[in-house]
Amino acid sequence: MTDTTEKAAVEVSAAAPVPAPASRRTRAWRGVTPWLFLIAPLALLITFTYAPIVNMLAYSFTDWDGVSPVLHYTGVENYQEVFTRPDLFEVFWVSGYYLAASAVQIVLALYFATILSFDVRFRNFFKGVLFFPYLINGVAIGFVFLYFFQDGGTLDSVLSLLGVHTDHAWLGTPASANTSLAGVSVWRYLGLNFVLFLGAIQSIPGELYEAAELDGANRWHQFRHIIAPGIKPVLTLTVILSISGSLSVFEIPYIMTGGATGTETFVIQTVNLAFRFNKTGLASAAAIVLLLIILLVTWVQRRLVPDDKVDLV
Amino acid sequence: MTRRAVARALVHLSLIAATLVVLLPLVVVLLTSLKSEKEMADTSGALELPHDLLNFHNYVAAFQDGEMLSAFMNTTIILLVSVAGTVLIGSMTAYAIDRFTFRFKKLVVALFLTAALVPGVTTQVATFQIVNSFGMFDTLWAPIALYMGTDIVSIYIFLQFVRSIPISLDESARLDGANAFTIYRKIIFPLLKPATATVVIVKGITVYNDFYIPFLYMPSEDLGVISTSLFRFKGPYAAHWEVISAGAVLVILPTLIVFLSLQRFIYNGFMRGATR
Repeated sequence: MTDTTEKAAVEVSAAAPVPAPASRRTRAWRGVTPWLFLIAPLALLITFTYAPIVNMLAYSFTDWDGVSPVLHYTGVENYQEVFTRPDLFEVFWVSGYYLAASAVQIVLALYFATILSFDVRFRNFFKGVLFFPYLINGVAIGFVFLYFFQDGGTLDSVLSLLGVHTDHAWLGTPASANTSLAGVSVWRYLGLNFVLFLGAIQSIPGELYEAAELDGANRWHQFRHIIAPGIKPVLTLTVILSISGSLSVFEIPYIMTGGATGTETFVIQTVNLAFRFNKTGLASAAAIVLLLIILLVTWVQRRLVPDDKVDLV
Repeated sequence: MTRRAVARALVHLSLIAATLVVLLPLVVVLLTSLKSEKEMADTSGALELPHDLLNFHNYVAAFQDGEMLSAFMNTTIILLVSVAGTVLIGSMTAYAIDRFTFRFKKLVVALFLTAALVPGVTTQVATFQIVNSFGMFDTLWAPIALYMGTDIVSIYIFLQFVRSIPISLDESARLDGANAFTIYRKIIFPLLKPATATVVIVKGITVYNDFYIPFLYMPSEDLGVISTSLFRFKGPYAAHWEVISAGAVLVILPTLIVFLSLQRFIYNGFMRGATR
């Protein structure tokens, strides 16, 4: 469906007639008109996206506390601090848990999208169940899973039902807590990946499977040679979103542990630096570093997989 | 033949396992929300059924003490204004970019495009200062302005649809003497209904669930939205899981109802929204 609309769009723009010569007054009007439409969007865009980036860059070279009228230029001191103070840099390792979790998440989503794109009983029910967590409020999810991991909570009860009696404090040690939180993130975001993969798989023409089946291809062959190449663009998009997502985790750990027991992520740290310890300068430098990393990752991905779909005009 | 049957069974087994993993934590919270304080203290198992399946005391407590009514009101106001604003801004931007050639068009497009790459969470330190300098801090205007000002995805969605509307429609209206605003209002905008539905759904769910922005910009208790009001349960009810659970269910329920009634549109909306 997207394919046909895109083609139609191309034809339309190719057939667009050259505007007839107009009088000077109407031409002046035509020059102004697009700006009348763009003035509000551009004002918002610049005020809330570009001005902050520029300001943040400026703050990052100062020792500003966010409140006082005086700020001193300190050069690259903040950046040095971000990279050399072990406790500030450590939070990046926490991202590793979420990165590993997104690998699991992508594989699972791919598996479920593949089997549910074929005929399975109660297909719509399973689709709904897998997708629904993505729509749930993050705070509610945080509470649901706080109870899940509690002593004598859901997980312990299920395990004891299976005959396993643990006295494990799931959120008690850094490794266990981070694994648990990363698991929650898989639970929450699997549905989005799943729906994206499902949509991509369904846009592959059905005749291809039939032809393959006639040639004696089994499901694995079909996946390997039809589905996998067919959804490559969505797959790379998902990978890139997962990487930048893993670097900017905030909600679930903040709600569930507040960043305690070694679960502090980069964004939690930045928020704390800026709004609790009033170190706006240092927080800005940290945020700039994160922004640069994310832009770099995106740029690398665009270089590796040229995406011809990103043409705004 | 038998191998196929085994494979089929395994597929179904994996689907049932996934369903359990998704639903179990939610069902347990629902059960917990129906238990009384005494039951919570007496029984240890989270999986045990509540004595009275119609015990709604915790819901009343959560709704009243948690100020959920004002939270739902604040969320509704923010939701309506920012979704309407996003639709208006997104469609106008898409119309201007697709239907006009003007100076600096490439620059404008590049500005919107690049902004999509900047994750909002990273710039919040400085955005905060700007919102504050406008005097919008701790008012409903802060989230409204931020939700309207940073939504690039909706512009992409509208753009795709504007492109598919034949230019000949604009041309003939122009011959009839319509100006650009009339064309936008009478021709383009009505034809953008499917895109508008997509944007309303995607944006609506994002705004309803957002925690970060209201948490940072509206610390006042009477300005709580559902996320932040629910988050405040953590303090006073720390040990009262039955009340916290009721609060969580209250917040999840509207999402579930909307999801069940609009399922098809929601899937499509998110597919379009994410792949742009």
